[in-house]
Amino acid sequence: MLIAVLSGILFALLFLFFRLQNGWLRFIPAFLPLSLLIYFSTWLPEVAAGKEILFKYTWIPAMGVNLDFKLDGLAMLFSLMITGIGTLVYIYAAAYLSDRSQIHKFFSCLSLFMAAMLGLVLSDNLLVLFIFWELTSISSFFLIGWNTKEEASRKSAVLALAITGGGGFLLLAGVLLMGNVGGSYSIQALTAASATLKQHGSYVLMLCFVFAGAFTKSAMFPFHFWLPGAMKAPTPVSAYLHSATMVKAGIYLLFRLSPVLGGEPLWNYTLMIVGGFTLLYAAFQSLFRTDLKGVLAYSTIAALGLIVLLIGIGTTESFLAAAVFILVHALYKAALFLCTGIIDHAVHSRDLTKLSGLRKIMMPVAIAAGIAALSSAGIPFTFGFIGKDLIYEATMQTGMLAIQLTGLVLIANVLLSYAGYVAGFRPFTGALPEAYADTTKPEFLLWGPPVLLAVLSLLFGFFPALSSPLVNAVVANAGGNPALPDLKLWHGFNLILLLSGVTVLGGVVLYLLRKPADSQVQFMDRFESFSTRSFFLRLAEGIKQISHYFTHKLQNGYLRNYMITIISFLLILLCWKLVKLIPHSIDFSAMTPVSMYDVVILVMMVSAIFVLIFTSSRLTSIISLSIVGYSICLLFVFYGAPDLAMTQFTIDTLTAVLFMLILLKLPPFLTLTNKAIKIRDAIISTIFGGVISMIAFLVLQEPTHKTISRFYADNAYSLAKGKNVVNVILVDFRGSDTLIEITVLTIAALGVYSMLKLKISSSEKE
Amino acid sequence: MNSIILRTASNYLLPMLILFSVFVLLRGHYEPGGGFVGGLVAAIAFVLHSFAHGLKETRRFLRIHPGVFIPIGLLLSLISAVLPMIGGQSLMTGLWFNEPVPVIGLIGSALFFEIGVYFVVFGVTLTMLFTITESV
Amino acid sequence: MEFLLVLLIGLLYASGTYMMFRRSMVKLLLGLILIGNGANLLIFLVGDINKGNPPVIPRDFSSLQGVYSDPIPQALILTAIVISFGLQAFAIVLLKRVYLVTGTDDLDQLNSDDQDI
Repeated sequence: MLIAVLSGILFALLFLFFRLQNGWLRFIPAFLPLSLLIYFSTWLPEVAAGKEILFKYTWIPAMGVNLDFKLDGLAMLFSLMITGIGTLVYIYAAAYLSDRSQIHKFFSCLSLFMAAMLGLVLSDNLLVLFIFWELTSISSFFLIGWNTKEEASRKSAVLALAITGGGGFLLLAGVLLMGNVGGSYSIQALTAASATLKQHGSYVLMLCFVFAGAFTKSAMFPFHFWLPGAMKAPTPVSAYLHSATMVKAGIYLLFRLSPVLGGEPLWNYTLMIVGGFTLLYAAFQSLFRTDLKGVLAYSTIAALGLIVLLIGIGTTESFLAAAVFILVHALYKAALFLCTGIIDHAVHSRDLTKLSGLRKIMMPVAIAAGIAALSSAGIPFTFGFIGKDLIYEATMQTGMLAIQLTGLVLIANVLLSYAGYVAGFRPFTGALPEAYADTTKPEFLLWGPPVLLAVLSLLFGFFPALSSPLVNAVVANAGGNPALPDLKLWHGFNLILLLSGVTVLGGVVLYLLRKPADSQVQFMDRFESFSTRSFFLRLAEGIKQISHYFTHKLQNGYLRNYMITIISFLLILLCWKLVKLIPHSIDFSAMTPVSMYDVVILVMMVSAIFVLIFTSSRLTSIISLSIVGYSICLLFVFYGAPDLAMTQFTIDTLTAVLFMLILLKLPPFLTLTNKAIKIRDAIISTIFGGVISMIAFLVLQEPTHKTISRFYADNAYSLAKGKNVVNVILVDFRGSDTLIEITVLTIAALGVYSMLKLKISSSEKE
Repeated sequence: MNSIILRTASNYLLPMLILFSVFVLLRGHYEPGGGFVGGLVAAIAFVLHSFAHGLKETRRFLRIHPGVFIPIGLLLSLISAVLPMIGGQSLMTGLWFNEPVPVIGLIGSALFFEIGVYFVVFGVTLTMLFTITESV
Repeated sequence: MEFLLVLLIGLLYASGTYMMFRRSMVKLLLGLILIGNGANLLIFLVGDINKGNPPVIPRDFSSLQGVYSDPIPQALILTAIVISFGLQAFAIVLLKRVYLVTGTDDLDQLNSDDQDI
């Protein structure tokens, strides 16, 4: 199982190195999702029987992060969708992408995405889930921005990453919070601890974070705007990521956490309100689009809203409806996207006002799109009919809210079926414009996948019971009642059938009455400045300007200004704390008595330092620096550190030599700053020195811990056979440090050598 | 520096300083001293010589480029650090011969480590100073 | 004595930072060395100083007896001194190189706006 999940990542690396340019080789990557699809299908009987298959791999057990994978109904539904639609998209993409030299990179990103998505839906550990969650955001960033030469494409990739990444960040907070309160990151354990989580004070916070993650990923209002933008991606990506898989990740999360966090009014009503509003808003928006992909994008958002609404209702019927609708939607929306891609590929246009009559060129595509549109509208004998039935059944059983919810869903469904007709019929009906007359017919590998999807829609439509075992297992995972009867095509004449009929008819009427026109797009554009999208863009622009201002202010390129800023800030922080700690009297008796030669050394040092500061002669400054060094060397001698004294002495000698060699070749010191600045600098540095003294003094007041040095003192001879403890520490106890130190010295020597031996090129002289 | 006194003195000082540096190196384990100081003292000996006789003369006297000492020293230290791992012990474990050698004392891996440090410090210091002197 | 050393360390830090605020690159380097000396002394001081008891085991003993200077800060400082030598040499050469290329050691004239890059 680990291999199955991670194989995508492995192949992502592999594909990077193999250019799949010539001919049929580019279809090889499709075997990856295909074999995964077969692998997951082998588990299907067991999962359908209600079993949960667990795979445990330890990763970071100390932090409770383990690669635990759980294959249950919900995970199975998504895995099959990911690998199944994945297989079709791989084949389709190989035929679709014209730039063959880049195709291996495309498959690399796509495989990474598929692996991340599989990991996301299979992992039982919330932290691992989060990692895969982020991986999907990152890999989708590359896929959305695939046309790197287009600015709009790059921008929408960044926008999508910013929104989903921001949501992911909040989700991480939610995950950590849940893990902390529930005592485990395992979803199974958290499900058991569901009551604890719900009663905890931070339950509301958890919900907020989880919702933020799920809503951004699944493009709920007000974060929906990244999805239409992401349609800049190549069509296979849109079909895969933005209809079937990635945007469903948020849905998956809500589904998965329903038994953990769900069942509370806050959970249910938030989901119902957000889902319902998104459904209505996006369905309405889709009316005003002329770009084929735009229509599909908004109808996808609406469908996502519908699923969230259903999860929010939280009854067995609604879970069933949601599970079926996920499958329904994946089948028809992916097919529609793929058909759109074929149209775009053939006639290089997605403008609904211009496209017509294409059935004459691409009959199979027209059939696939037509069936998908019918499924979307919920015509009997398509899978969409079953889905629509279940949705109405779920909304009608919500008690007090039944009428409102059913009405809302009815309106939205009418609009959605209109969107389906527009995308599925409009381009293919009517007369074929002359400009398109000599378009070549699309190849089989392009129209095969959507046709297959359409056939599946029909198959499940005729025999809905086929999907029952899996769908029922999903319902059980979400916390519903697992003992459901099989899905049936015919329920008899009842209110639901009436509603379905109204939906279909309403959609047809709307389709016949309305024609997409550019004026409608312009009408919507007038509201653009009120939209959340422009709000977010303005926010981003504002942040950019603020950071620009600050960078200019702080990173002004003057080293001493940086230092003054840093030190002043440090001083303000420290002084505030240190003022309270100033001792009232100093106990001199505990200190080492001052002797005559101590005083001589100190006087020497102090005067040398002052000379160093005020001198304008380079020679004097070198000599004063040496005096400071030699005085410290003497201090080391007096206070029992002969090794240090010897080292300091030799180093000081060498430093003096170094300075003499170089410094005298440099220009003499100049008086560059005026008095006021000097005084300001002097004040700051005096305060800084005072604070350091203060800290040193306070440290001295604390008793020193001798445990470690006692250990060295006791064991230097017995363990390392040495009597000079300092040396024993250097070459034996901490020998590896010394080894690294001499390596650093070597690097410094190499740096000096190369810097001086390098010839100065003429360009450098500029 | 063209002083006959310095030139004559450095002729005698060079071997003495080198001898002293080796002495400092070897006693380091028991008395103050060690590889760092030893290497620095040896480097100073050559710097002094170069002041008196000029860099060319010192280079000729040294025969090999001082930079060569750096990899030799590093390798020596690394080997003495890794050697215990061959015997199944952990990195940097001290290995010792049981019988003390006259003058030097016990011989162990720590001594070779120290000699490695000596070479590196010597090589680094001389490389830096020589290149700088040449470039000026 | 400790108190005087505390003041001395403060003086070393203060003079070091003051030198680093100057525009000349050489002074920047001198300031850096001064601060380095101050830091060494600071480490030495907080490890309890006492006179004339180096951490060397006497001839007839197998461990340190009675009062002895703390060997750990000494080992730390020894490392610091040697490393700072490498740093200084590198910095001095860098300084020379910069001077050769730009013809100035005034830090303000080396300033290039980050915007330009």
